[in-house]
Amino acid sequence: MPVTRGFHRRRPEPERGRLPPGQYDTGSSWPVLSAEATPQKSEESWTFGIDGLVESPHTWTWQELHALPGSTYFGDIHCVTTWSKLDTTFSGVSVDDLLEVAKPDTSAAYVMAHSVTGYTTNLPLADVTGGRAWVVWSFDGKPLPRQHGGPLRLLVPHLYFWKSAKWLSRLELMTEDRPGFWEQNGYHDRGDPWREQRYQGDD
Amino acid sequence: MAAWSDGRIIEKDQPTASTVRLRLHVDERPHHLPGQHYILRLRAPDGYTAQRSYSLASDSDDPLLELLIERQPDGEVSEFLADVAEVGDVLELRGPIGRWFVWDTKSRVLCVVGGTGVVPAVAMARTARRLGRTDLLRIAAVGRSPDELPYALELERYGATLAFTRADVGDRPAGPFAAEELAPLLEDVDLGYVCGSARFASYAEDLLVASGLDPAAIRVERFGPTGD
Repeated sequence: MPVTRGFHRRRPEPERGRLPPGQYDTGSSWPVLSAEATPQKSEESWTFGIDGLVESPHTWTWQELHALPGSTYFGDIHCVTTWSKLDTTFSGVSVDDLLEVAKPDTSAAYVMAHSVTGYTTNLPLADVTGGRAWVVWSFDGKPLPRQHGGPLRLLVPHLYFWKSAKWLSRLELMTEDRPGFWEQNGYHDRGDPWREQRYQGDD
Repeated sequence: MAAWSDGRIIEKDQPTASTVRLRLHVDERPHHLPGQHYILRLRAPDGYTAQRSYSLASDSDDPLLELLIERQPDGEVSEFLADVAEVGDVLELRGPIGRWFVWDTKSRVLCVVGGTGVVPAVAMARTARRLGRTDLLRIAAVGRSPDELPYALELERYGATLAFTRADVGDRPAGPFAAEELAPLLEDVDLGYVCGSARFASYAEDLLVASGLDPAAIRVERFGPTGD
């Protein structure tokens, strides 16, 4: 690959191993990217459910979610458009705790996250279990802003951020994988930022 | 998905004070749809790279790829492209990317776009002109002033409805679009395409929904920081 004439690193070299390949630190800003109109549905009427291949499909109201044991993620997030935001704090509940109520069938291997807008994104079940995924409603101690997916979004910070569906309404457990919204529109099926799995055909 | 290829800058100019326009040649470039984008990557001698996505302004039949880059304060890539890159330089490109914010050239659509968010609408307009189907594509574009809106003249010639938030133009006082300005453009429209900053996109989405467009018929491309 050719060196670009006259181009030099301008940002300080990041802490070793902190940024996945091709990413930059966006600092205090938080870019907004979305493909659909931001929904206006109120918090009070928001529900979240788990269904599909589970023993006990369950729907939580906004109040019921808040009554669950809380869980917080401290760490970095990575967007496929190449920004990373370091040292974020998101709070909500762990997906493990929600799945414990719904009891996935042993044949369930994938999850489809659904938003109220109709947005979807697919994930291996293994990527949303084991303390690696949350359903969150707060950022830095404040309610998660609408444009960033509030009142409720999925958080799967070890994958590119399109997997962390905004305006989350349900998780559907599935036996077989099927592509979600961006996955049908040219993006990678799994989206691991450390392997730079941005688009179909990567890796 | 296309691999990386080399793109040579054939033309470079600064259509507005804050933007730079690049036209690039890529060997054996694949066909693209209006609304798709490319990734542009810069590589330093030490191997460090920086990459950003830019919407295409060019139609697929254009022999060159056209990108419009907005200069960002401290923008590592945009300032390089504005101040250092020259005609003849070679950059790495990858694309086309995206299958959502694209016009299929068959649906009746209205683009509500602001600032550099006009770029995908310019590509759609060029494609509509080539196909002789300008009846299918309407454009409403917002800028601060005619001098600051990229492609303002081309959009005007296309028949786009323009609004300027900081300049009185003709008998239209400065200000964003009002619902009654968009209403006639929304007649018989299948889809609305919104492109612009986060602030602009929120405003445009609300306006389209208030004007009766189904939220499920709105496709959005937002960019930039939130400012909060």
